[in-house]
Amino acid sequence: MSEVAVIGFAASDRSVTTSGVETLVPVFEQALDRAGLGRREVDFWCSGSSDYLAGRAFSFVNAVDAIGAVPPIAESHVEMDAAWALYEAYLKILAGEAETALVYGFGKATAGDVHRVLALQLDPYTVAPLWPDAVSVAALQARIGIAAGLFTERDMAEVAARDSGGSAEELLGHPYLADPLRAHDVARVTDGAAAVVLAGGERASRHRERPAWITGIAHRIDPQGLGERDLTTVPSASAAARDAGLDHDVDVVALHAPFTHQELLLRHALGITGSSRFIGTDGDAMFSAGLSRIGAAAEEIMSGRAERAAAHATSGPALQQNLICVLGRDR
Amino acid sequence: MTIAFDYTRSLGPVLGRFMAGLRDGRVLGGRTSDGRVHVPPLEFDPITHEPVTELVEVAPTGTVVSWTWNARPLEGQPLDRPFAWALIRLDGADTTLLHAVDAAAPSTIKTGARVRVRWAPVRAGHITDIACFEPGEAERQETPEPGPPVEIMTTPIRLHYRHTTSDEEDAYLRALAEGRLIGQRCPACRKVYVPPRVCPADGVAPGEVVAVADRGTVTTFCVVNVPFAGQRLPPPYVVAQVLLDGADIPIPHLILGLDAASVRMGMRVVAVWRDRSAWTFTPENIAHFEPADEPDAPYESYAEHQ
Ligand SMILES: [Zn+2]
Repeated sequence: MSEVAVIGFAASDRSVTTSGVETLVPVFEQALDRAGLGRREVDFWCSGSSDYLAGRAFSFVNAVDAIGAVPPIAESHVEMDAAWALYEAYLKILAGEAETALVYGFGKATAGDVHRVLALQLDPYTVAPLWPDAVSVAALQARIGIAAGLFTERDMAEVAARDSGGSAEELLGHPYLADPLRAHDVARVTDGAAAVVLAGGERASRHRERPAWITGIAHRIDPQGLGERDLTTVPSASAAARDAGLDHDVDVVALHAPFTHQELLLRHALGITGSSRFIGTDGDAMFSAGLSRIGAAAEEIMSGRAERAAAHATSGPALQQNLICVLGRDR
Repeated sequence: MTIAFDYTRSLGPVLGRFMAGLRDGRVLGGRTSDGRVHVPPLEFDPITHEPVTELVEVAPTGTVVSWTWNARPLEGQPLDRPFAWALIRLDGADTTLLHAVDAAAPSTIKTGARVRVRWAPVRAGHITDIACFEPGEAERQETPEPGPPVEIMTTPIRLHYRHTTSDEEDAYLRALAEGRLIGQRCPACRKVYVPPRVCPADGVAPGEVVAVADRGTVTTFCVVNVPFAGQRLPPPYVVAQVLLDGADIPIPHLILGLDAASVRMGMRVVAVWRDRSAWTFTPENIAHFEPADEPDAPYESYAEHQ
C-alpha cells in the first residue's frame, strides 16, 4: 500500500535573482494553493540547490526566508537536484516524522559559466583540475553510444525535433557545438524553481481528490570515474527502475535528460517502449528540472489524464546518478 | 565578481603514489582483485571493498576511445587553443583517463588514434603534470627510482559570477546612490526590513517603501583583533549591528571615531557619509558610523535584537 502522495506542484522558469528567494515566494504560494494546504501546515521543508551555481556560501539559507522560518521550522537541504530532496521528504513521511512536506529546488544557472561550474562535480583529484566542461563530457558519452550502434546523430536530432516541433533534417544541417553534439542536443540551461507538496496517508486524500500516490521510488549511483563506466549503459537507472517497480504499464513518462543522446540511453536502460506518452521539456532548469519531472508526472495523475506515470531525475555528469519515481491513481 | 579558493587536499596512499609517479614521469595504475588495471587508480576495490595496494606502471602511450572537439577552450583547461577532449586507454590499462589532446584540427583525431603523454616542463605531483596528450607513440625511456609519495595537492579554483539583485534590492541600492536609506514594510507583520527583503517570519514579498534615518542604536558588536587577508583597517576596530531609527532589523557596519573599548550596546550612532562625489551603488557610501551626541537608548528598545 502506498503511503505518500504528491498533492501539489508548481514551477517557474523565469530568471531568478542569485538568492532565489523572490522567485520562490510565488512558486510556494501556487504549489500550496493547489494542494489546499496552508504554509504553517507544512511539517517538513526540503530543498535542492548548489552554492557553486549561486556563487555564494550557504546559498540555501537565504532561500529559507521564503519559507518564513520564524517560528522555527524543520528544514533540510541536498546539494543535488531537488528530486533527491523529495526522496528525503518521502522517507520523513514514511518514518512518521511528518504528515506533509514541501520540496523545492532552485538554481540560477546564468550567474556564472554553468558548464564550467559543473566540472566541479567531477573527481577533485584527477579530473576537475582539468576543467572539462559539461557539454564536452556529454559529447564523449554520445560518441561512444554512436560508435556502439545504439543510436545515430539523426536519432538524437529526432528527439530534439519532437520537443521543438522542428524537423530532424533541418537540425542536422547545423554545425557541431562539441562534435558529435549540435546545439539542439544540449538542453537549454535555464534559471528556475519548482515546488512539490507531499502528504502521507489519509492526509493526502483529505487535501486532494485524486492524489498522485508514489507507488515506488528509488535512486542509485554509478561510479564517479568516467573511465570506470561503460558509458553506453546506465546501470544505476536500470536498478532504480527495477526497485521502483517501473514496468511497461505506465501511460506517461517524464525523463530528465539534459542531452538528446541521454534520453535515448535512458529509454534503453529503463526498457521503455513506444506505447508510453513522453512529456517533453524545453530546458534544463538547474537543480529543479528533475523535481519538475516528478511534478509533471504527478500532474498527469491528479488531472485525470493518466492512471500511472513514471518520472526520472538525474544528477552528476553523464547520467551518473538516477532516480525513478512511479506514481499511480490508486494507493 | 570572482570567487577563488586554493583547494588543498591530502592524498591517501594510492593517489599519493599516483601523483608522485606523474611527478617522476611515469603513469601508475591500480590493480584490483579481478586483475584489471585502473588508471587513474581506485582507492578501494569495487568488488572486495579492500584497499587497493598494488600499483603498476602503464605505458605513456594509449588509444583514443572517445573524443570531442573543443573549439573554444575555457579558463583553466589544459590548452588555450582549440583541442580535443578524449577518453584514453593507456597501454596496460583496462580503464580510460580523461584528458586533452593537442590535435591541430578535428580531422586529425579519431577513435582508435594513438596518443602519447606530453609532460609538463615543471612537475609537482598533480594531474596537470600531464600537460596534455599529443598524437604519436612515446619512446621507451628509463624512469628514475620512485620518489616519495605526494601528501598534499593544491588546486586553485576560480569562478566568475554576475550577481543579480531583486527589484527591492535594486531600489535600495539606487536610493543609497542618492544618499538615502530605505526599507520596506512586511504587509503581514508590519516590520520594516532594511535592506528590503522577503519577510523571514511570513514568507511574503515586501510592501510599502519606508524612509529610515541614517542614525540608530548599536544592538550588538564585536571588536576585530585578528588580522586577515584583504583587511582594510588596522585592528582593533568595531563591527556592529546598527538598528536604524524606523527599521525593525539592524544592518552591519563599522563604528569608528572612538576607542574600540568604548563601544557599548545601546550606544547611539550616526552615519558618516563619504564625499558625495564618491557615492556609488553600495553601502560603502556610508564610510562608517560614529557616536551621536545623545544618551544611550534604553535596553527595551533593542532587546528584541539580541
Ligand atoms: Zn512579516
